Amino acid sequence: MREMRYLEAMREGLREEMLRDDAVFVLGEDVRNSVRGLTKGLFQEFGAKRVYDTPISEAGFTGLATGAAIAGMRPVVEYQINALVFVAFDQLVDQAQKLRYMMGGQGTIPVTYVVMASGARRGLSGQHSDHPYPLLVHMGMKTVMPATPEDAKGLMKAAIREDDPVVIFAPSALLANKGPVPDGDYLTPLGRARIAREGKDLTIVALGPLVPDALKCAETLAAEGVSAEVIDPRSLLPLDHDTLLRSVRKTGRVVIFDDSNRTCGYAAEISAVVADQAWHALRAPVRRITRSDVPVPFSIALDTCVLPSPERLLEACRASVKETRT
Amino acid sequence: MNASDNQLVGFYRCMRLIRRFEERVVELVNRNEIVGTTHEYVGEEAVATGVCHALGVEDVITSTHRGHGHILAKGGDPRRMVAELMGRKTGYNGGRGGSMHIADLGLGIYGANGIVGAGVPIACGAAMAFKQRDSSRVAVAFFGDGAINQGVVHEAMNLACIWQLPVVFVCENNGYGITASIRDMSRIQKLSDRAAAYGMPAETVDGMDVRAVHAATTALVARARAGGGPSFIECLTYRFVGHFTAERALGLKYRTEQEVAEWRLRDPIATYPLWLRDQKLCDPARVDEEVEAQLEEAIAYARESELPAPQDALQGMYAVTYPGLPARGW
Ligand SMILES: Cc1ncc(C[n+]2csc(CCOP(=O)(O)OP(=O)(O)O)c2C)c(N)n1
Ligand SMILES: [Mg+2]
Repeated sequence: MREMRYLEAMREGLREEMLRDDAVFVLGEDVRNSVRGLTKGLFQEFGAKRVYDTPISEAGFTGLATGAAIAGMRPVVEYQINALVFVAFDQLVDQAQKLRYMMGGQGTIPVTYVVMASGARRGLSGQHSDHPYPLLVHMGMKTVMPATPEDAKGLMKAAIREDDPVVIFAPSALLANKGPVPDGDYLTPLGRARIAREGKDLTIVALGPLVPDALKCAETLAAEGVSAEVIDPRSLLPLDHDTLLRSVRKTGRVVIFDDSNRTCGYAAEISAVVADQAWHALRAPVRRITRSDVPVPFSIALDTCVLPSPERLLEACRASVKETRT
Repeated sequence: MNASDNQLVGFYRCMRLIRRFEERVVELVNRNEIVGTTHEYVGEEAVATGVCHALGVEDVITSTHRGHGHILAKGGDPRRMVAELMGRKTGYNGGRGGSMHIADLGLGIYGANGIVGAGVPIACGAAMAFKQRDSSRVAVAFFGDGAINQGVVHEAMNLACIWQLPVVFVCENNGYGITASIRDMSRIQKLSDRAAAYGMPAETVDGMDVRAVHAATTALVARARAGGGPSFIECLTYRFVGHFTAERALGLKYRTEQEVAEWRLRDPIATYPLWLRDQKLCDPARVDEEVEAQLEEAIAYARESELPAPQDALQGMYAVTYPGLPARGW
């Protein structure tokens, strides 16, 4: 299979959908010159009517995408940084996400929002490092976060074809990663988790940029004689409860490795699902390694106390397998 | 372009329908047949009527929290509107929206909206789709004098101008955003002056004069259809009643009785039919009777309509559904 970078695979998915359906168009800041790389070459290939550079008016252009979608288009909105989700929040969750319901099920709003370079990047500090996927999930917005190049392309294509608003988080930590990408037209369906590694003693649920670290942790554990299963939900809403619960029922132990804040974060939701649905299978308390509830600080010296670290994941996994329930 | 005789009569029918619709709604609110509160369009009928009669069914509007008038003027069915206000299954939104959210996509009504200013970029988005598809359809964004200070409205005006979208911004300046006088909220006298900042033509018209509103809108809609881009109309108008039906109970005093009385002298429902009769265009009393019958029927229809089943509350959020979505609360 071909090897591609995450960002290239995502771009290929977008380009294929633009070729396939002339209702698909892109709008966002600096997308013609493609500062973020997602839209590189698309303006040259598809022209002015398919790739719009917007002013720095996130709420405004998010609203335009909603109106255009109701009128039959399939806009792809690029948010240049993750904080733009906050700037556009009303138009995202109160308008795009709610309108179909509030209109009694009339119409469709097929907008794809790509949150570029989401999550922490070294030295960018508090307003450029958030990973607010739980906020969107909380409001009922379909939300995905691919962890591999294959899924970056497959979920991009699936999101564009979905007849509802879908937010894609494209974590900065993954954009340059290489991996195998199948040829041709394939979709990664929403609502299906990926078992990134099979195991029988412990389940690690790892989100987006943390999947590679979780896999390394599983390697280390294997050397210690512990067989860890790594689940990459990749579709955060809808969440694939079946794959998650099947794994937890098999292993009886779960550690969640999540790049969102602790309180009401995504790990909190997964914990609750596990506690509700797999309580009898649990042999250890559900453990969460998440961000601490502070903005990401500037100094790298402070990072380790804030961002979810592979070391803490490893400790939590070791602690989990030591637990015995009498 | 002057309105035809038929249109002139149509204006009256529409304004009268809006006025009586709102009055009947207040009765229903007071009798608790409608839950919550509604924002009446009483006094402003000439604006929605003049604007929407300059549009075709294929054209799109976005409306506001004070939306009944816009929806009726765009052809909304009073039966399904009252049914929505009464939370019935047959209501426009199946009981999920209520007064501030009535929508009929088939009539180009992309919804009233509970968030002040939020519909404005949505109208521009429809206009963007029309332009993209080389269609001659246009969009109209209704919003108030309060909304003119909302950031997203300005973002949308600028976006419409840079992309020359076929959209007409209709600012209904009724002088107040709840209790806040626009005199205190803006240093400029004419809100239409703000349009110049984005590079589009603007007019301020007498919003109590349906023919003036219609003529101005017709010209600007034609301009947008021909590829001339966006424009802005400020309609000077007034609401004769409180901000919402609940206002009476609050005893707010932010405008004088004299001010209200002066504006009431210009009530389009009172002045316009006199003119129509003078012109021998119709007998307004006949129209009034027809409107009464129509509303009587609408209310009866809503009352007879079924309530939705509780489990319907989980339907319609997603066009594409998945197991367990939306999650239940228990
Ligand atoms: C963004 C937002 N802020 C505040 C409110 C509460 N609110 C509802 S209507 C209104 C006044 C709106 O005034 P205007 O735009 O002039 O419309 P009018 O009521 O006069 O028709 C306010 C403040 C809201 N719904 N949305
Ligand atoms: Mg007002």
